[in-house]
Amino acid sequence: MNGHLPFWPVAASEHAAKVDALTFWFTLLIVALTAPVFILITVFAFRYRRGSGADRTHRPSGNVLVETSWMVIPFLLALGFFAYAAKLYLDLGQPPANSIVIDVVAKQWMWKFEHPGGQREIDDLHVPAGRDVRLSMISQDVIHSFFVPALRIKQDVLPGRYTSLWFNADRPGVYDLRCAQFCGMDHSLMIGRLVVLSPAQYASWLAEAGGSGDLTSQGKASFDRLGCSGCHAPQSQLRAPSLQGIYGRPAPLEGGRVVIVDDQYLRDSILDPSRDVAAGYQPVMPTYAGEVSQDDLAKLVAYIRSLGDEPAPANPGREPPS
Amino acid sequence: MTAAPLMSPDERVSYLAAGSTLRSWLLTTDHKRIAILYLISITGFFFVGGAAAGLIRLDLISPTHKLLTNEGYNRAFTMHGVVMVWFFLIPSIPATFGNFLIPLMIGAKDLAFPRLNLLSWYIYVIGGCVTIYVLIVGGVDTGWTFYTPLSTMFANGHVVAAAAAVFIVGFSSILTGLNFIVTVHKLRAPGMTWGRLPIFVWSHYATSLILVLATPVLAVTLALLSADRLFHLGIFDPSLGGDPLLFQHMFWFYSHPAVYIMILPAMGVVSELVSASAHKRLYGYWFVASASLAIAAVGFLVWGHHMFVSGQSRYAGVIFSFLSLVVAVPSAVKVYNWTATLYKGDITFGPPFLFAMAFIGLFTIGGLTGLMLAMLAVDVHVHDTYFVIAHFHYIMVGGAVSGFFGALHFWWPKITGRLYSLVWGRIAAILIFAGFNLTFFPQFILGYLGMPRRYHVYPPEFQVYHVLSSAGASILAVAYLLPFIYLIHSLRHGAPASPNPWGAAGLEWTTPSPPPKDNFRTTPTVTKEAYAYPVAATDEADDG
Repeated sequence: MNGHLPFWPVAASEHAAKVDALTFWFTLLIVALTAPVFILITVFAFRYRRGSGADRTHRPSGNVLVETSWMVIPFLLALGFFAYAAKLYLDLGQPPANSIVIDVVAKQWMWKFEHPGGQREIDDLHVPAGRDVRLSMISQDVIHSFFVPALRIKQDVLPGRYTSLWFNADRPGVYDLRCAQFCGMDHSLMIGRLVVLSPAQYASWLAEAGGSGDLTSQGKASFDRLGCSGCHAPQSQLRAPSLQGIYGRPAPLEGGRVVIVDDQYLRDSILDPSRDVAAGYQPVMPTYAGEVSQDDLAKLVAYIRSLGDEPAPANPGREPPS
Repeated sequence: MTAAPLMSPDERVSYLAAGSTLRSWLLTTDHKRIAILYLISITGFFFVGGAAAGLIRLDLISPTHKLLTNEGYNRAFTMHGVVMVWFFLIPSIPATFGNFLIPLMIGAKDLAFPRLNLLSWYIYVIGGCVTIYVLIVGGVDTGWTFYTPLSTMFANGHVVAAAAAVFIVGFSSILTGLNFIVTVHKLRAPGMTWGRLPIFVWSHYATSLILVLATPVLAVTLALLSADRLFHLGIFDPSLGGDPLLFQHMFWFYSHPAVYIMILPAMGVVSELVSASAHKRLYGYWFVASASLAIAAVGFLVWGHHMFVSGQSRYAGVIFSFLSLVVAVPSAVKVYNWTATLYKGDITFGPPFLFAMAFIGLFTIGGLTGLMLAMLAVDVHVHDTYFVIAHFHYIMVGGAVSGFFGALHFWWPKITGRLYSLVWGRIAAILIFAGFNLTFFPQFILGYLGMPRRYHVYPPEFQVYHVLSSAGASILAVAYLLPFIYLIHSLRHGAPASPNPWGAAGLEWTTPSPPPKDNFRTTPTVTKEAYAYPVAATDEADDG
């Protein structure tokens, strides 16, 4: 047991401060709604105890106006808070466009991080203060949950599906990172640290951590090694669509649906290519399930993500030769 | 009080005296005897679940020096959850007090299907035996929520057996619910219109609707889970194309309404207790009655609020958040109406009143912190932390268990024909209230500080709150054991109870205590509204 008694957690981001304010004011509302109940129960219990001489004539047994008012007024008061809380929640689903993207792989019972420059770390995550950071997260086994109390954010990390989370930690420091979703035997040991560094410190940390080439170029290497470039290179567009400029944009599928190309779509297309086939192409791509590791996937996705900024070439495949 | 008013003394043999062999109990179809069978069995499981809770609280006194291994801790909290939810809380009030009282309250001789009622109990016992088996062979390590793919692919414990136990006991719930619904529709005495039903009956009617509609979904979910674990069908397994979130949707589609299965009967109890203690008609009868139905209906539409950070669509999250605010309205209606009932009442401070007040206080805190959890951005922070643990224990223990003890203290003279010590009853109520708050209030702070639930090892700065919580748990343990002692004691040494020791309104109080096998000598004809106070008679226990 250490000396001080914590009562309120530190807040390391603007979002955390907003959540705290929401919690504080909503708690006040709750107290305001509850106090009359607790006070009146006490007063009534004393005043109308058996044997007291209190006036008991004209006992009411119901009043529609009273009932309506205590249904509607608290509800309307809570509605304002609901709207604000929903706005903050929806914002968490809208990462700013120029965020630093860090790949997160969760497994029993550790966190693996990979920075855009290829730097890897386990259980510790270094990020620069004041920058938008987006985590692209996936699990290798069960469901985990990425939880940093100081940021007031949490997101479950699922097997087979990317989830993402973004934050902007504005206060350098070291904060706890915990798995919040029960994940088996050593769940409570699946903890780590979020290290928020000043931009200068972060730059020197990146240099020191080195990394075996940035994720994008590693992804390019895997892309060539696995033979993806044979069909997906810009110059060979007959059997497969080019991947230039597709990331983050809508892509028409066979059958008329349209998807936004994101991490999840790319992953699914690598592991289960026949599920969502790009319009105008035959489902000829073989599955790579079992051939690409989780790390390879992250690299491939990072590479294709990097192609997203390039202009999409005219793609003859989209208008299939008839 | 002398004899029952306006009636010649009832000389019929009580249901307790109508046979004393084991066979007369195990093959009974009398709803009152079946209620006693349930009372004994769920009390057994209450102690099993309580022992697991005690183990958890002892273990958490120190952040690192542990009684249990990590694996042992996981099994302890899983057994605590499974036993308490399905083998105590769900059947607690309906299967005991609902069983005992619904026919008495509506003027019937028994439930509509007496043999089905006995079958329900046997199914419960079989499910209970499977649970005991799971406990003996080493338990299960998934948490009571059985989340996939942990439960289907990775857990080492006896997942399928535990799921089977819950699957089996679900049928007991379904049959009980069915029995209650038919009974309330078909067996009301002449003059007992829907508008004259006690709120206790209304809330059990609403509960029964949930039991019948939601429990099958749980059965399907657990069957799929077991099939997935045994045969690798891949329903919930992403590596075979399944979806682990599908399990969460199905699980909470049952398990959120299940919270209302626990709390609605307790709300019914409290409505009776408040009205009887204040000796006054319940304020806003129709609002309180319809609130039960509203809770049952809207309660089916809020399951997604357990999944705000699960990866479910954020827009779905917004809708579930809004509906969670809506479902809070009828609960608030009840609390406000109970308070208003006290106004100009003639209040006696017996144990039933104190338990009712404990319920209102604890349920209100539980409900309003539930509203905080419905606030999306707040939930993202406190989801899966001790804040949630504190919140639902305020509802399920502070609320439902206080309601159970309130019912036990109010109807004990009717059920057993004996009066117990009112002084000890008051002491127990106050100790439960105090011990409960000391146990669970610190957990709200722990949760906001960021202590995740189901953590065996935890950061040392949280220890103060865990020690407080464990200290409260030891008070709570004593407080829960106390009634066990003085109530058992009253069976031999308590003064005989008159038909209506509390001076309460309601048909059950017009029968002798304990009631005869067929309840009413002749089917009563009801001419008055529910809660027709004042009741002429006052009595030995009703002295304030």
